[in-house]
Amino acid sequence: MRKISMREAINEAMHIAFHSDPNVFTMGEDIAVYGGQLRCSYDLYDNFGSERVRDTPISEMAIVGAGVGAALHGKRPIVELSYSDFIGTSFDQILNQAAKIRYMYGGSVNIPLVIRTQGGAGLGNGAQHSQSLEAILAHIPGIRVVMPSNAYDAKGLLLHAIRDNNPVIFYEHKALYKQKCEVPEEPYEIEYTSDVKREGTDITIVTYSAMVGRSLKAAEELEKEGISVEVIDIRTLEPLDMEPVLASVKKTGRVLIVHEACKKGGFGAELSAQIQEFAFGALKTGVTRIGAPNVPVPFAVNLEKMYVPEVSLIVETVRNLIKNN
Amino acid sequence: MEKNALLNAYRMMNRIREFENEAIELAKANETRAAVHTYQGEEAIATGVCAHMTREDFITSTHRGHGHCIAKGADLTRMFAELLGKGEGYCKGKGGSMHIADLTTGNLGANGIVGGGIPIAVGAALSMQLDHSDNFTVSFFGDGAANEGSFHEALNMASIWDLPVIFVCENNQYGISTHVSKSMHVKDIAERAVAYNIKGMVVDGNNVAAVDAAMEEAVAHVKAGKGPVLMEMKTYRMAGHYFGDNQNYRTRDEVNSWKDKDPILQCAKLLMEQWEVSEEELNEIRKEEHKAVLDASKAARQMSDPDIEDLTEDLYDPIFADITWKAFQKPDNGGKRL
Repeated sequence: MRKISMREAINEAMHIAFHSDPNVFTMGEDIAVYGGQLRCSYDLYDNFGSERVRDTPISEMAIVGAGVGAALHGKRPIVELSYSDFIGTSFDQILNQAAKIRYMYGGSVNIPLVIRTQGGAGLGNGAQHSQSLEAILAHIPGIRVVMPSNAYDAKGLLLHAIRDNNPVIFYEHKALYKQKCEVPEEPYEIEYTSDVKREGTDITIVTYSAMVGRSLKAAEELEKEGISVEVIDIRTLEPLDMEPVLASVKKTGRVLIVHEACKKGGFGAELSAQIQEFAFGALKTGVTRIGAPNVPVPFAVNLEKMYVPEVSLIVETVRNLIKNN
Repeated sequence: MEKNALLNAYRMMNRIREFENEAIELAKANETRAAVHTYQGEEAIATGVCAHMTREDFITSTHRGHGHCIAKGADLTRMFAELLGKGEGYCKGKGGSMHIADLTTGNLGANGIVGGGIPIAVGAALSMQLDHSDNFTVSFFGDGAANEGSFHEALNMASIWDLPVIFVCENNQYGISTHVSKSMHVKDIAERAVAYNIKGMVVDGNNVAAVDAAMEEAVAHVKAGKGPVLMEMKTYRMAGHYFGDNQNYRTRDEVNSWKDKDPILQCAKLLMEQWEVSEEELNEIRKEEHKAVLDASKAARQMSDPDIEDLTEDLYDPIFADITWKAFQKPDNGGKRL
């Protein structure tokens, strides 16, 4: 099968959506002729025109808010925030409007809105262009939070998100855009489920987004030492599919949670709490977390490298967990 | 305004006034629980604006939204039921006074966040433009919202795309306790239209005939594809910010000076002087609306609370849209641009 990058997969999903449903349109900063700062919407403007592929002013609150309004009126907008850090300037429309409107209005309206954005460190973009803010988003009832780890999942999850009648934050990782994997040309969807990316028996790594790849690399190294690692990609933080995670924990008895966001108050805390709530008896040792230190993302190469959890750290942590327990 | 239109406006304004008076009675009895923001003194705006709208024309509303909701055609009983947190309220008791929406009458909802509805109205107008329809959107908001970033972002966006949206700023002089003179340095909020190269209008918001005439002009403007309009309605909040406001920031003289400009009295005067409608006929209308409001309030109070099981319902729509994805073959666009 052909291999394409996550950027190409997202672009392909948007082309399928535009071609299949006239209610789908997209807007954001520099997304039309320029193809987006994320370079995911290239060709869309050429193929679908300026009405459905529109550049906006640098007005994140209006971008998200207009997406909410258009969705309430029956469209299926995909709005793009070039960097997830810009959630700050649009937050009221996410926190108080998109997330709350359906419940607050007694289920009488729907908001089929996709907010595409990207985050993550590793490319030297500094503190205000590199964050992983998913825990803040997943804490708000009423919005889906989807974080694909590869091109195949990205295409299927994005089409699923566009067909969803609820607001979805489709949270891409900038370090994954060029990574390629096998992706079918035809349309398909992936439901909001956790996915066992690698089977193992000694320990379960629960992870998502860019840390899936690093966890898989760590698992390969550990296999050479005779340690069998199961890697689960939760893929969506809301809804959160805990069944495969709990089943795995009951099998291995050991859990390591890995994410790039700051460990303190990160989504790993929620995962850890749920594992201890629902599978405590199966645990041979306490749930362990790996995340970034509690500082903003630094710029210098060596500092940023230390900030993002490395494969070697995952390997070392697993080794210790197995050895001591 | 023609006699019938003016009589209809008189009836609508009384309906809103009576509703708000009753809402305060319910608040006094502690039946509405938290804050109820009432619209007494501003009725001519919602009435005059919504008279020019169909149900396919949408509004976004504010924390002081009962008047907009009623003028758009909402059912009074279901409104009271929502204020009282009943299961048969517009939002099944999940919204309350500040969050009533009714898509069947084109009401995208009241909003507890100042300025929160303005970008949403722009989005609905964008959708209407994409549909090439003849519909338009009205966003109601107050003077306070005109200092929010959402206002400026939304006006700019609506302007560059010539969207069919009318921004109706209800300048009732106060943001809670702060007078407009302390929160902005322009004489008229409508001046801000200049910054976005859109049509700005200053309107006497206490005169329903003036609102009606201005709205007619604004609707013609947006329907002609000339882009958005910012209408500033000069008015006065006759009641406090909400029931229980001690109003220590204004004088009795000031409040009394606006009583002569009461929009309902002005409308009655016009009907009697210009159209020779009798005082008895006007009293009859007021009494009918008073009774309709009391009946609605009574019916709502007898409704039941929401089911406890409903607590976690309605957050998400569990149904996915019925769309069949079709593969797209990209044409060769290569080499067209740099």
